[in-house]
Amino acid sequence: MDTIQGILNGMMRETLSPQTAAVAIAVIGLNIHLGFTGLLNFGQAGFMLLGAYGMAISVWHGLPFAVGILFGLGAALIFALVLGVPTLKLRGDYLAIVTISAAEILRYVGRSSLLSDFTGAAQGIPGSQYRTPFTSLSFFGNGSFTLWPFNYLDVAGGAAWVRILGWIVLVALIVGLVYVLRGKAGLAGGAKVGAAVVLGVLAVLLVFFLFPVPNQSTGVNGWWVRFVAWTIVAICTFLVFLLVRSPWGRLLRGVREDEDAIRSLGKNVFSIKMQALIIGGLFGAIGGMIYVLPSSTQPDSMGRSLTFFCYTALLIGGAATIFGPVLGALIFFGCRIGIKYTASAYIPDSVMNAQQTEQFSYIVVGVALMLIVIFRPQGILGNKRELRFDV
Amino acid sequence: MLVAPLIVLLGQSSAGAVDTLCLPGPDKACIAGTLRTEDGVLPDVTITVTDEAGTVQEAVTSDTGKWNVQVDEEGTYTVALDKTTLPKDLDVAKSEITVQAKFGATLPALFDVRTASYDASTSKVDELVQSGVNGLRLGLLLALASVGLSLIYGTTGLSNFAHAEQVTLGGVLGYLFVNSWGLNLWIGGVLVVLACAFSGYFQDRVLWQPLRRRGLGLTQMIIVTIGLSLSLQYVFQYFLGAGTVRVVQDNPSVRTFGSVTITNQSLVAMAISIVVLAAVGFALLRTRIGRATRAVSDNPALASASGIDTDKVIRLVWTVAMGLAGLSGILYALVVNGIKWDSGLQILLLLFAAVTLGGLGTAFGALLGALVIGLVVEVSPVVGMPGDFKYATALLILILLLLVRPQGLLGKPQRVG
Repeated sequence: MDTIQGILNGMMRETLSPQTAAVAIAVIGLNIHLGFTGLLNFGQAGFMLLGAYGMAISVWHGLPFAVGILFGLGAALIFALVLGVPTLKLRGDYLAIVTISAAEILRYVGRSSLLSDFTGAAQGIPGSQYRTPFTSLSFFGNGSFTLWPFNYLDVAGGAAWVRILGWIVLVALIVGLVYVLRGKAGLAGGAKVGAAVVLGVLAVLLVFFLFPVPNQSTGVNGWWVRFVAWTIVAICTFLVFLLVRSPWGRLLRGVREDEDAIRSLGKNVFSIKMQALIIGGLFGAIGGMIYVLPSSTQPDSMGRSLTFFCYTALLIGGAATIFGPVLGALIFFGCRIGIKYTASAYIPDSVMNAQQTEQFSYIVVGVALMLIVIFRPQGILGNKRELRFDV
Repeated sequence: MLVAPLIVLLGQSSAGAVDTLCLPGPDKACIAGTLRTEDGVLPDVTITVTDEAGTVQEAVTSDTGKWNVQVDEEGTYTVALDKTTLPKDLDVAKSEITVQAKFGATLPALFDVRTASYDASTSKVDELVQSGVNGLRLGLLLALASVGLSLIYGTTGLSNFAHAEQVTLGGVLGYLFVNSWGLNLWIGGVLVVLACAFSGYFQDRVLWQPLRRRGLGLTQMIIVTIGLSLSLQYVFQYFLGAGTVRVVQDNPSVRTFGSVTITNQSLVAMAISIVVLAAVGFALLRTRIGRATRAVSDNPALASASGIDTDKVIRLVWTVAMGLAGLSGILYALVVNGIKWDSGLQILLLLFAAVTLGGLGTAFGALLGALVIGLVVEVSPVVGMPGDFKYATALLILILLLLVRPQGLLGKPQRVG
């Protein structure tokens, strides 16, 4: 029982972490590319790296924090233009090949010792060099606290039945939430949103009740950076909600479904695709900035694998949906760490050592990605009709 | 802060015997280096590190030639080598260098110590010839893998991002058969190619053909290859760890032709690549099944309508392509003397650059593209491109080419769509 509680606490810590939020933001950007416009961008990690570098290098060299953010966004914008101009008029795989190559090139350049005054080469820029302006904005004060002080230990001394009952109710709440969001509960409009919000809030409170996570208020990986990261996730989700409901969002979907039809309406398809690439890339850059705030800016941490994790998260949650990216990122990180902890807790070391549990969890991720695409391409929240796109 | 000088003291007292460790921290930096000549490392040499204020720290190189000094101020440090502690016949080109210490980092300070007989000067032409040969070698190995990649693209429309893992698989199986099981290199090599070819047959049988029958879109199929690539990478890492493994243990013997130095293994690898590529080319041009393959590659619907069994052709293409990738992998492992879980990943970029450069879907285009990319990658550092950016040159060429001739060198315009 305590092992299970430990594993679940670990999953909770991982899903709440700012890096999960950062990847969620990058996945929101990727959703604009792949989900809404049908662009196959395999270089989202490159956009993240540019955003992170833009911010970290500027602050490190004494520029104000806001200027750093602008530099990061500017770098991502230029990157999108450079990638888009030669490829967006061609078939989709060209964009895929060029983006994955360009992201790798960025990583090589970042690792180069020639630029170590700017990028810190392979060792990267330590977080302490650029974090201060961000943490000094914090109004959370010092010390540490638990997000929701009332937890399972306060009921019957944290007996097993309290926890098991709690877990069952939690699963029921989440299943209910998914049903409501997928529109299967027969609710519409305000009732649907209301039910979703109520179920969501209850689920979140219950999660905090069952898995209390104490943390520093402001420190390197404290509540302040988490609060900001998840607030930005919420803002980005809302922005995407507004964008895809707009006439522009309908154009994106039109491009995804049938470019020629959109072209015959007199729209400039190249320009629409370019706008989508840029906007999604900017989300990626913001994600990159948050990704490096609690750690350091290392080129190798934002390589090809991270892009592939973004894809997995997006497809788990459901491409072309509003909440899919966030849900997918939560599930991806939670489950991966859950698999790892479970493997290390229950499989003896002679069969699988500590290193191998890490690799095992990634093998499962890869296989899961294949299975999702083959058997449930719409993910958890998606609509199958929205996903017949082909580039 | 009290600990810092203590560590330096400890470092000095034990220097000369074992390696000491210097860990940079938020308010500490390390300056470190390894002293070596072209013959070996130099123990017991004194190195002094002076800061801007003139405070001197001393370090003595260990038995492995390593030394390090911890500093707790950022800024410029002068690192000097005490020439009197050097062995008699050695000299150092520059005995004083300056480094910029930064907190949280280990800064390298490297001295260029050479024996009197050493001559580092080579003519530019010799360098060009040598890198040209290296480029040709890399190009041939890339060609083996990219011809298959291009044929798969041509016949099925799929960009196989897991192709790089097949290259790694070849090297890894080579390690397993030859190094672990002790098979003869030639027998092991043939087994590797057969095993990889079978993996291609098997993949198409259980994965790609059923997916084609289900009518899964190409975008989705590409993502499936990504998933496959991800899981294969970590399968390799699971069994091999993060280190490099070698197919053969002993160091390869070297041969010199004029100004070109090349290992015997590289020569044999190049010869094998040329023979195999010629055989594939001949088969594509002159045999019935080769013509059928090109027909499917050109227009699958038309080929199918004219009585060609497309599924059979595609099955064969997968088998041959994976066999070629495996061959490329074991040869690559022999040429660069080692294979890692991500060796394939490192050349994936080059493979796609080669295939796109030559024209997606054309086998001979891939061959041409691979040779160009191989040469560019190896020659560009000689003509002034910093070594770190040599892969960037390949991509730059790719992007420029897509701007002016998106169909690639040998592709047909209508394929670009």
